[in-house]
Amino acid sequence: MATSIKKLPDIEQVLSGNGACGGCPATMGLRIVGKALGSNAIMLLTPSCSVASMGMTPRLGYNWPCINITFASAGSSASGITHALEVMQEKGRLHGELPTVFAWVGDGGTYDIGFQALSGAAERNDNIIFFCYNNEAYSNTGVQRSGATPRGSFTTTTPTGKRQPKKNMALLMLEHNIPYVATATVAYPGDLYDKVVKAKNIPGMKYIEIQAPCYLGWQFDMPETVQMSRMAVRSGAWLLWEAENGKISFNNPSSLIISGKKDAAPVDEYLMKQGRFNRLLKGPDAESRIAEIQGDIDREIAFIRERAKITI
Amino acid sequence: MKTAQVIMDTGAHAAALAVKSARVDVVPGYPITPQTSIMEALAAMVENGELHARFIPVEGEHSSMAAAVAASAAGARVFTATSANGLLYMHEVLHMASGGRLPVVMCNVNRGIFAPWTLWADHQDSMAQRDTGWIQYHCSSNQEVFNTILQAFRVAEQINIPVMVNFDGFAISHCLMPLTLPSQEDIDRFLPPYEPEWRLDPAHPSSFSNVTNAPEYAPFRQMLSDDIMASIPLVKQAAQEYKDITGMWDGDTIDTYRLEDAEVVAFAINSMGAELRLSIDILRQQGIKAGLLRPRLYLPFPAEDIITALPQNAQVMVLDRNYNFGHPGGILASELKSVLFGRRNDITVKNRVMGIGGIDLTRQFMAAEIRAMMDE
Amino acid sequence: MKSLTKAYRPISWPTKGAGGDTGSWRTHRPVVDTQICNKCQICWVYCPEAVIDRQEITIDYRYCKGCGVCAVECPTGAISMEMEE
Repeated sequence: MATSIKKLPDIEQVLSGNGACGGCPATMGLRIVGKALGSNAIMLLTPSCSVASMGMTPRLGYNWPCINITFASAGSSASGITHALEVMQEKGRLHGELPTVFAWVGDGGTYDIGFQALSGAAERNDNIIFFCYNNEAYSNTGVQRSGATPRGSFTTTTPTGKRQPKKNMALLMLEHNIPYVATATVAYPGDLYDKVVKAKNIPGMKYIEIQAPCYLGWQFDMPETVQMSRMAVRSGAWLLWEAENGKISFNNPSSLIISGKKDAAPVDEYLMKQGRFNRLLKGPDAESRIAEIQGDIDREIAFIRERAKITI
Repeated sequence: MKTAQVIMDTGAHAAALAVKSARVDVVPGYPITPQTSIMEALAAMVENGELHARFIPVEGEHSSMAAAVAASAAGARVFTATSANGLLYMHEVLHMASGGRLPVVMCNVNRGIFAPWTLWADHQDSMAQRDTGWIQYHCSSNQEVFNTILQAFRVAEQINIPVMVNFDGFAISHCLMPLTLPSQEDIDRFLPPYEPEWRLDPAHPSSFSNVTNAPEYAPFRQMLSDDIMASIPLVKQAAQEYKDITGMWDGDTIDTYRLEDAEVVAFAINSMGAELRLSIDILRQQGIKAGLLRPRLYLPFPAEDIITALPQNAQVMVLDRNYNFGHPGGILASELKSVLFGRRNDITVKNRVMGIGGIDLTRQFMAAEIRAMMDE
Repeated sequence: MKSLTKAYRPISWPTKGAGGDTGSWRTHRPVVDTQICNKCQICWVYCPEAVIDRQEITIDYRYCKGCGVCAVECPTGAISMEMEE
């Protein structure tokens, strides 16, 4: 059972009055991450919504030491910091518990421009937590397609809906043979909290991807951020799982879908709620294109169900 | 001065030894010819415990500099090295190092840049980084590489500006030359431990890299520009104190040879500076009053020292190992002319581009070139 | 750490209101009916802005952006979104 809401710590690392849009799923997720990590941490960001959210000089909306680095290099910069801290402690220049080094990066900085540096850091198994808050597009620059944008989705650079499926980034990270990989989403804060606490206590590279429905990019009503996150999970469009040392386990409610105890809700309802699929749903080929999206989801479920059987 | 040791060593390995004696904390590295030997040496030193540091085998030069700046922001003394296209690949992050005021020291082992591919030396790579806000030294010998890296750390950390130490691929990086190693005690006296005035510290959470409005952005850029210029006295002081402690001297912002009474002055940087001393001797034997002015510091360009050092009515032969595309000739000549304009109207500046892609620059060749330039 | 004799970098320090008084962005304000509220803290956990007091279920209107997530998620319907004047 995931930690209940009432048992989550009081600590707030995301400060009120930051620059994020109302209803922002990234700050929503980051608040829970802050409760799990506490204040003894160093945060890396790359250009993304969360940089816009942090406020302008000289005001900082997060209660961590933060460094915004070049877009392509969250993974390698996090490596630089973690190695610096470790060697400075070995040499007696730092004392006490070392801070957790974590990168807080959007899907563009993870799936696309930051992929190489992330892959390198993962292969080296450097001691960091890499968070991808995935709003499935370059939302900060006004919603352009990314490698995380699902098939069929409208963005300003896919005006008739994206034709290709998204990458399965979490699985790609799993195949880097790192000690911990997890997926989460903002509707399940206890699940997210537990995963971050777990990651914090595992040495080496940890990757946690948080699906973050963005009302601007996805074109739904601002108050429905959490609803959308929940629907993504219930339809199987987003799966909650974690893998310690390569062994996958599924979290509720995704575990029920994977085990076949519960059918995933049809994807139509989830798609209908979002303006970004509107053009597709109104077109003459709507049916076949919805079927394509459903096919992507079914394939991912089938694949990870089989992958989870590998436990050596 | 404590007992020094004299060995035979390559420029690349001399660089690694200097980095070791600077007691660096973090070394991100990625292989590229001809720099690779520096990284190999440092990786081995870390592995066998000679150097207490972390070697981070990153997956590319962009990441190399990204890891370097981040480690520096965490409070570590950081070194990395690269060449040619590796340096170009870092370009974006070089700006972060200077704008972030992070005193990273890097060796760039000069190599011509793609396309077409070449493995051998010219200075297009580091010249292309002219406007990144780094201090740039150019060295003419293995010993100077060793000495300059230590001076570079000191200057960088005094003024929070990253420093690039350049030296030619193969001619310096791979050639054996005698190398005097000062004692570690002397080096520690010269280079105190790095104590950053700001770092990423959860006890004092802060950020230096939020978005800034123009009223904040502009003054910080102006300060970087001012501070780069203000590093000149620090460069001189570092050279002088290094000499006081170790007895070794390569020049400070500039190095000169038989310059006082010279009528013809060769003006060049890097390994050409060493060979040109011999060219000057050849010219002197031929009855030409030749001398050498070699800027050790390319950036900030040591204008005042050059203006002061040049003899009256001298003809200055600028030998550029790079192209100043869009202008005739090379970059050094343009820099020199801009400095002399209105200040030293007695000086004539002539310019040739040579040694591109590693073409061998012998003392006879350069002496002949200078002679030919006199008749132009 | 040495004293900051010269600020080489534009340093930013953690502070509430890094984006300004973000309450001014609001078009609708969440109002909690304390008669109905059972203090389950669901509104608190989902609030992206950390403006809800988890014990008292009061809202810091200086910074609340009025997104309305709390009102949608409240299981008892204790939060209503009222148009700002």
